[in-house]
Parts: sequence; structure tokens; C-alpha cells
Amino acid sequence: MIATDVVERTLGVALSRGGDFAEVFAEDRSSVSARLDDGRVEELATGRSRGVGIRVVRGETTGFAHTADLSERGLAAAAEAAAAASTQAGEPVQVAALPDAPVGPDGPAAAVLPETVTKDAKVALLQRADAAARERSGSIRQVSAAYADGRRRILVANSDGVFAEDDQVRTRFMVSCVAEGDTGLHTGTEAPGRTVGFELFDEFEPEDIARVAADRALTLLSARPAPSGRLPVVLKRGAGGVLFHEACGHGLEADLVRRDASVFRNKVGEQVASPLVTLVDDGGFAHEWGTFTFDDEGTPAARNVLIEDGVLTDYMWDLVRSRAAGRPSSGNGRRETYRHLPMVRMTNTYLLAGETEPDAIIADTEYGLYCVALGGGQVNTATGDFVFGVTEAYLIENGVITEPVRAAQLIGNGSDALRQVDAVGNDFDTWAGTCGKEGQGVPVSSGQPTLRVAELTVGGTAA
Amino acid sequence: MNTELLTLVRGIVGKATADEQVEAYAAHSLDTDVKVFEGAVEEMAVAESGGVGVRVVVDGRMGYAWVGSLAPDLVAGVLDEARDNARFAAPDEWNDLPTVADARAVPVADLHLWSEDLASVPTVDKVALALALERTAAGLDPRVRGVESASYGDAAMESAVASSLGVEATSRRTVCSCSVSALAGEGDGTRTGYGFSVGRTLADLDPDTAARDAIERSTRLLGAAPVSSRRVPVIFDPLVTRSLLGILGAALNGEAANKGRTMFLGREGEDVAAASVTLVDDPTDPRAYGAAPYDAEGLPTRRNALIVDGVLRGFLHNTSTGRRAGVGTTGSAVRGGYASPPGVGARALALAPGPRSPEEILALAGNAFYVQSVSGLHSGTNPVSGDFSLGAEGLLVRDGAFAEPVREVTIASTVPRMLLDVVEVGSDLTWLPGAAVGLTLLVGEMALSGA
Repeated sequence: MIATDVVERTLGVALSRGGDFAEVFAEDRSSVSARLDDGRVEELATGRSRGVGIRVVRGETTGFAHTADLSERGLAAAAEAAAAASTQAGEPVQVAALPDAPVGPDGPAAAVLPETVTKDAKVALLQRADAAARERSGSIRQVSAAYADGRRRILVANSDGVFAEDDQVRTRFMVSCVAEGDTGLHTGTEAPGRTVGFELFDEFEPEDIARVAADRALTLLSARPAPSGRLPVVLKRGAGGVLFHEACGHGLEADLVRRDASVFRNKVGEQVASPLVTLVDDGGFAHEWGTFTFDDEGTPAARNVLIEDGVLTDYMWDLVRSRAAGRPSSGNGRRETYRHLPMVRMTNTYLLAGETEPDAIIADTEYGLYCVALGGGQVNTATGDFVFGVTEAYLIENGVITEPVRAAQLIGNGSDALRQVDAVGNDFDTWAGTCGKEGQGVPVSSGQPTLRVAELTVGGTAA
Repeated sequence: MNTELLTLVRGIVGKATADEQVEAYAAHSLDTDVKVFEGAVEEMAVAESGGVGVRVVVDGRMGYAWVGSLAPDLVAGVLDEARDNARFAAPDEWNDLPTVADARAVPVADLHLWSEDLASVPTVDKVALALALERTAAGLDPRVRGVESASYGDAAMESAVASSLGVEATSRRTVCSCSVSALAGEGDGTRTGYGFSVGRTLADLDPDTAARDAIERSTRLLGAAPVSSRRVPVIFDPLVTRSLLGILGAALNGEAANKGRTMFLGREGEDVAAASVTLVDDPTDPRAYGAAPYDAEGLPTRRNALIVDGVLRGFLHNTSTGRRAGVGTTGSAVRGGYASPPGVGARALALAPGPRSPEEILALAGNAFYVQSVSGLHSGTNPVSGDFSLGAEGLLVRDGAFAEPVREVTIASTVPRMLLDVVEVGSDLTWLPGAAVGLTLLVGEMALSGA
């Protein structure tokens, strides 16, 4: 993307006013998105973005500037601006010599690069999904479908001599259906995504995705309002990983821990969860939505155990926080684009499977809620309080899944919920989403086996 | 910069052929962001960014392409890319771009949204404001154990749009804000509170009030606990009202209405809310954060009354959705930047204020649940049916005064039910960041689920 000698000189300019660390991050991304609604392909859009972000760190202060001008002059101007923004003078560190070429994969880990697939073929997927959803039932009133692929090439160089590049290709497909019946209009959505190319559709046929979304909406037609109160909640494999992402993952990010905005501060080595819980964050988990080879600071992706048998083992780290703590980064430094500063972010975060048969967990539950799909959620990391929308759920009565319920929220506290996990299944699945933090969105996945939380507050609308 | 952007978009639409319509949009932004922590600058970012988006319509087929750069080599290919993309979309008779007649249908509001002053504010003053904000917040109350974040940010944003049908517009605005988040209490009893201030330039900001708000909001929730489930009248804090208006705005979106995806479908002319409810989207009010003289298609914005004395008057539209609905545009095209084509949305939704202050509303309610913040707004709301169930924290109100703080409960109702149950709209119009304006709102009984 940028010649090695230009990168080295830019790092030199960045440190010209002093500093402990300087970094050049270049990014070139392209995207294709297509949207079908109401039976018609409404829009095919393509985009391209390219630029460089430069930061200079001195002490606890980070100066940052970015530019879309990739000429050496443009880079020097941004490096000057970042140096000035760090507003510190003093002796700079020596820029470590960079290798001749960056380390990194030879190309993206995609079998079929989306850019080699015609726009016709992408649009055809939308029409297949539309037809399959409508075939499901006459009660399906509206179908919308979206296709998106993106390729993101990054180059990172820093004054410590890190020089890495990565080439990330992601593909996602979304179907959303509205069903109409006596209880009104209800929406069902399904949206799988992977860090792969067009081969995503070998794993997920558009028709299958459409049927899941349609059935979810249709199920809600016969659903009655969810009960309220404190209940045992069984989370189906894959469905509840996002709850642990929100309710505990964020609190294990070292930048939030430092701000005293985490209930897990000073808890390393302590029992913070049920002994059944082992929580892992793994940026190298093959093909998952939050996967990469190098993070956005040039650190290789790693598998990090955060909680082992209920004991807090470590937080997640980026370069700034790990340098301050005198330890290596855990490969969790990520940013939305070159226009953003990196910070500690999750990648693919999941609970490891246990030994219990999922059916046995349900059979062992006298009365509770069985959640098959959750919508988004939110957490206050300082308090651990979270809330989650449930988009597909059923009652469990006398150990049997009975009728569907709708319009429920799960609310609780992350520490509480972790301690209350009292059964963990031997199955596993993942879920793709976008994680937002301080205005930056990055692709992540979460995963978990079927498990039961002994008690959570369910906020339903039943009278 | 405005002139350069206009030249750029004119250059693109000037290449339109006789059988196509082309619209180009270009934007440029200069941003400064300062974050401080424990008395030192933690992050200081200065950034210049820009991009171009091009919409092409050929025989009713729409294609879109964008580039996140104003660099000529990247901009050069955007028109051809948009043309190619148009080949794959289905034709839609309503896709034609707005005309010069559309642009002249209403006068352009004379808004002063640009502060020359901002450009001359030295960086050290911005840093000083953020540091003072943190210091003030940390020192106001011994129960505050720390300041989670304190920051200052500003942006100078300019844009230009032009079309081959002759529509042209340029606009520019500055925004400036500071915010602070305080931590009160210890361990599991920690409560957080947020305060902020917005304006067009640094001198407009009131960091002391932001700090006081954050402290009050965190400390008054100390000792909060779930309460038992009940049905209770609810008072919404202005920030929460703002969020709820956002949901309402989505339900009054003309695109959603055209596709049958709104709880207000076919209800124009009917009573959809209590008589005290008048809801207006008025981007021509310069006090609104989302104020703008032109919409995303370059048409003049205007004051749109959506609900008047409880009666639904209509929906918000852009050119395409307005034509399809047979009512014409309401100048409500919005876009999330150059990377997306114009959609439909509100910019400055506000309820007409009522006669009573927040204190009078508390007294009027007697016993109620005061909701300071809600969570799960996106996951917990069904924009089609209007059902919602939200996580909430706040305070019980007893005999007109704040009593026990409450956390970890949910409130549930439906948007149509809630609108009809509005008892009182506050007089405290609060200008907030975002596309809606806050005030205190008292609503009849809702289901509160707790312990």
C-alpha cells in the first residue's frame, strides 16, 4: 500500500517533536451491498475508502490525525498534526528499523473472492430468498433481504519495528420478514455472516436463511405476551453468546478496567462465575465474523482465556494499555476505520461447551423461558447491569417446551448472571453481530453452548 | 470549502447523458476531539475527512456508489460505478430525482448554523475546557469516586449537492459539545450519571451544568434496587422522551408507511394521541441540533406538523416516497453521510411544550415512577407493532417528591397506548444532540416488572 521507506520516514516525522511510540495505519476498503424490499431490488451500492491514521503516544497522551492523501507529503502533514496533537516535547524514541516487507498472509482467507463474482449473481441471491420466504406462508406480508461483502486491506507499522499487513474479506446475508395475523404485525430476522468470501453460500443457502426469518415471524403470530418476573432462562446454543459478550466481555476490556468502569477491576484470580463457565476470546477462530490474522495494531490474533472454571484469569489488551502495564498486547486492538483510534475490543467471544445434553437441561427445568434468538442488548460496564431483547422464545413447563411468547426483555447484572449459570450443554454455535463502543462499530461474533441461568428478570407484557 | 465542493459535484453531474439523471453529494468535515483522564490529555485527535456519493437513475433504476475521499483519482470512477450499479436494480416509476420546481416550492430558511468563531478557538482552550469539566465533576460531591470520561468535541461540516435536473444546494454548520460521565458509590452499588452541553462554538458550552447534571444523575441513584412489579404512572426525563420520540419518528417515516410497516398505517385524520400532544419536525428552528436549511436532496427543509392536538396529520417524505404516497416531499430526505443514498427521517422532532414545569408535573403525578434512563431501545421496541419493553432505572415519586431509587426493572407498553395515555407535556423544552428534542412527559399507568 505504501513503500517501506516512506513508512519509515513518516514514523520519523511523527516522532520529530518527541514521543514514546508512533504508528502508521493504512487501510483500503471496498464494499458491495444490495438490498431487496417489497419484491424489488431497490438498490445496489458500491463504496471505496482509503486512508491513513497516524498516532503518537507520549506518556498517557495520544495524538492522532488521519488523511486520505497517501502521497509522502500528505502522510508527513498528518504525522506533523499527530505530533502536534500529542502536545509534548522531549526526546523521541528511536524508530526501530522495519523489515523490508510487512509480515502477513499472502491474500485473504477467502475461497471465492466476492470481487470475482458478478453483481448479477449477488442480486440473484436476494430474489431466491424473497421467493423462499413468501412460499413459507401466505401470512408473510413483507420480505426484505440484504447482501453485503467487504474487503479490508490494512498495513500497520510502528516505531517498535512492527510491520504487518492483513487482508480481510467478510460476507453477510440478511433476511427480515413481516408476518401478519390476528395479533398484528411481527418481524423475524436472520443474518449470518463470516470472514469468508462468496463460499458463505455453500454453508448457508439463501432459502434456508429466509425460512428461518419467516418462521421466526410466523411463530410470533401465535405467541402470547411473555410473563414477567424472575425465572430460570435456558439459552439455546448460539443465541445467548451476545449476552455474555455484553454482560461480561466489555467489563474485561483493560481500558474500561483502568477507568474503574468495570465490576471486574482487581478481580483477577477470584471466582467471578459459576465453575461451569470458561470464557474465551479468540481473534483467530477460523472464518468467524470477528476473525483476522493481525489486529489493527499489527498484533497477531490470539486465543485468550478470560475466565477459566469460573476464575477470572485475564483482561483483554491493546498496545496502549499493555505498554502501560508492562505486558504484551493480547491482540484486541481494533478500530472501525483508519479515521478512528484503536481501543480494546472483543473479537469472537464464547463460552466453552460442557457435558450435559441440551435436552436434559430443558427436561430439568420446571418452569422457565427458552430463548432461541436474542436481539441487541446493552450494558453499563460500570455497574454490570444489562438488558436484552428476546426475539424468539418459548415457555418451558414441567420440563417441556410449550408455547411461544413475545415482547420480552431480559434484564440482569453480569456478575450475577455469571454466578447463576447452573447447567452447560455439550453443543455449541455462534452468532455474528456488530459491537459498538464509543461510537465505533466492529464485526464480532459470540458463541455458547445451550445453558441455563438459574434466575434472570424477564420483563414481559403479560398482564 | 463550500465552493470547492460545489465545483466538484457540478463537474460530476455535468457528465450526465440525456437518458440518465445524476445527483452528486460531497461532504467535508474538520473535527477535533479531546479526551482527558485524571487531569491529563488522554487522546487528542484532529481530523479532516470527506467523501462523495453519486446517485444515478436510468429508466427508473437507481444505482449508488460512494468514495470516502475527495482525492481526484478515486472520485473519478464513482459516476461510472453508480451507472453500472443502476443496471441491477428493479425499475421504480417513483425514483426520478427532484426537480427545480420542487426546490422552489418553499422558501429556504435563513439559518445561522456556522460559527466563524470556532475556527479561531485555540486548541489549548479546548483542552482546558475538558480538563476543567473533569475537575469540576470530580470535586462536586464526596460520593463521586471518579470520572469515567470527560471530553470535548467539535466539527465544522460542509456539504454540496447538485443534480443534472438543476437542483443545487450548499450548506455548512458547526457543532460543539462536551460531555462527562461520573461514577458514584462503590462496588456493586456503583451508579453512573451523564451530563453534557452542546452549541455551535466553545463559548456556547456550559460545562458546569454538564458536570452538575452528571453528579446529580449518578448520586440520586445510589442505593437503587429493584421494586416489586406493579402498574404505575410514569414520568419520563427529557433525555428519555427524546429517545422515545426517536421511535415515534421512525413510525412516522413515509417509506415505512408506503410499505405498510408502521403502527400508524392509514390513520391520518384520526386521534392517535391525547389532545395535549402536538408533534412537529422543524429543522428550520436554528436551536435544534439537527437544524438544516436543505434536506439531503438539496430541497429546502420546512416545519412539518405530524400530530396536531392528538390528530395524525401525515408522514415525513423524501421526493420518491412522497410521490408514491401522492402527497409530495416534505423536505425530509436524510442521509447517513456520503456512503448512503437519501432515505427519509426526522431532524428536529419536538413535542409542543405544555404549561407545567417538571416540579409541577411531579406534584401533579403524586405517586409515579420517574424514568431517568432506559436501555434496550433498539432490541426492545417493535417499530411495526409499537410494542416495547425497556430496561429502566430512575426513582419512585411519592407525594410529588423523589423517593427510593430504582434499578433493574422493565417498563412495557405500546407506543399507540402510551400516546393516548399522555397526561401532561412539560414546559421544559430541552435542546439535545440528535434528531429530537426532550422535555418531561407524564404518562398514565404502565406495566413495571421488577423483583
